[in-house]
Amino acid sequence: MRIVLSIATDALAYGMVLFIISIGLSIMMGLMRVVNLAHGAFAMIGGYLASYAIRDLNAPYGLAILIAVIGAIVVSIPFEALLYRRIYRKSDPLIQVLMTIGITFVIIGVVNYIFGPSLKSIPLPNALSGPLDIGFRMVPTHRVFVIACGLITALLLWLLIEKTEFGIKLRASVDHSDMADALGIRTEIIYAVTFALAIGLGAFGGVVGAEILPIEPFYALRYMVTFLVVVSVGGAGSITGALSASLLLGLADTTGKYLAPEFGEFFFYLTVIIIVFLFPRGLFGRSHA
Amino acid sequence: MSDSATPAPPRGLPMIPEASGALAIIGLGAIGYFLFPDDLAFLTRLIGITLLVLSLDLVTGYCGVATLGHAAQFGVAAYAAGIACVRGVTDPIALLGVGLVAGTMMGLISGALITRFRGLPQLVLSIAVGQLVAALANKLSWLTGGSDGLSGITPGKVFGLYGFDMYSRTAFLFSLGVLLIVFVVLSRFVRSPFGLMCRGIKDDDLRARMIGVSIYPRLVVMYGVSGAVAGLGGALTAISTGVVGLDSVSFERSAEVLVMLVLGGAGHLWGALAGALIFQIFEHIVAAANPFHWMMLVGLLLIGIVVFAPRGLIAPVMALATRLARKGDA
Repeated sequence: MRIVLSIATDALAYGMVLFIISIGLSIMMGLMRVVNLAHGAFAMIGGYLASYAIRDLNAPYGLAILIAVIGAIVVSIPFEALLYRRIYRKSDPLIQVLMTIGITFVIIGVVNYIFGPSLKSIPLPNALSGPLDIGFRMVPTHRVFVIACGLITALLLWLLIEKTEFGIKLRASVDHSDMADALGIRTEIIYAVTFALAIGLGAFGGVVGAEILPIEPFYALRYMVTFLVVVSVGGAGSITGALSASLLLGLADTTGKYLAPEFGEFFFYLTVIIIVFLFPRGLFGRSHA
Repeated sequence: MSDSATPAPPRGLPMIPEASGALAIIGLGAIGYFLFPDDLAFLTRLIGITLLVLSLDLVTGYCGVATLGHAAQFGVAAYAAGIACVRGVTDPIALLGVGLVAGTMMGLISGALITRFRGLPQLVLSIAVGQLVAALANKLSWLTGGSDGLSGITPGKVFGLYGFDMYSRTAFLFSLGVLLIVFVVLSRFVRSPFGLMCRGIKDDDLRARMIGVSIYPRLVVMYGVSGAVAGLGGALTAISTGVVGLDSVSFERSAEVLVMLVLGGAGHLWGALAGALIFQIFEHIVAAANPFHWMMLVGLLLIGIVVFAPRGLIAPVMALATRLARKGDA
């Protein structure tokens, strides 16, 4: 029973971290149809900035998250304007893969040149570092915080996409970009805003998830595949899909690591192969024209 | 890339592509052997990876399959050859055979899974298959040595005559011979009706289906051939270096060979050859100094290639060669 509860908490927290980082990528792939392998690199920038803000500038945790998100978005703007715009929607996946791998390498090189090639810790404030009593059991407060962050992110995104005018334009562009353009929706602005939103969510997830996916020099490369896999399993562009895929893969990975640690990521990828083979568009994906 | 899809039939002398490929490899090999006798171990490793890049070219360049898990074929064959050697099969030719068979099997399995889909599911499946193999190689440590790597591979003499020495002379010449044969066979193979049909599938799979081609079996067979080539590369690497580590099945290896292929130019055997050569020599020099500078350089190079020369470095050279050949005919 103890071990089931431990697995459940860890799997839920891990799944939520995956969700927060991957949902940005998912929206981006649903709208711009770009296989962005550099998404983890922007999450890494967020993590490095937060670590720098807390350890060298003594900023409080909340402010550090804000610095990380805004900083990552600012850094991403030239990449969007100069490179990503070329590969939205039309290029074949190979070109997109190569360009975004190139961007990842450049970011890894530059980040490690500036901040030094070592593991970057993001110290938690006291309120989040101890255990928390949830009635029948003690769980680490940070896990609860991460799970809450994931749920709030999902809720806010759902409100944004379903209930606001921006959401309506976004959905119109996803369904039929050219028609949306013809009806007077400035799709290039929608693209740019979505890109910034995706990067911001990635950076946010990178910071709050740093306890589970530690920020280190090769972070972008190590988790490059993980985030892409979550999106592919869930179906690009779907919040429900990304959430369920994150939780499912989080569960598969955590259970595998608890019960058969020597197998590493075997169960994770076995699950992925089975799901992608059965549902090539992902669990909640839609076919694209 | 479509203008290169139908190479002009060679007029006059037959077998010109095969002969020029063989001459180029012998020439480059001679330069390596006589001018850089101290770097033969590195050059031998380079040849092993070059075979993997050629193999990737068959599926990515000729069939348009985007894959980030091609190291699986290479690594499985390397492990198979290594394990066979440790268990008592020491003849290098037999070990190559083991690698060939293992690579082909792995290629057929991956191909059967990966080529069913196109686009994102295809890419993700290729990654997942590669990672699955890597996780297994780590887990089955009684067989593969796990994270310590498989060591103690001491192959016997080539043809019972030439032993492997510490200067890697035999290993280098042996690898060069394998590369030569593979390159000549492949340059014939890619111009065969089967190879041309694969190009047709890549350029327009709907049209290929309309003229009655069943696509899936062809792609799987091509994957098998590609696996065989990768398997030879893996077995050669295992024989010549004496160790097989987890890096030979890693995601980084898969990504790296894709970079090499695109750098040189996918869809040309010459492009694969040039890309593998240029990339690895630069890596050998720069990465030793600072790995992060190397990553930045590769990243910039990759972005530059995609933006300015999506057909690779070989495209302008090939265009020049074609023009010169036309002028010669006229």
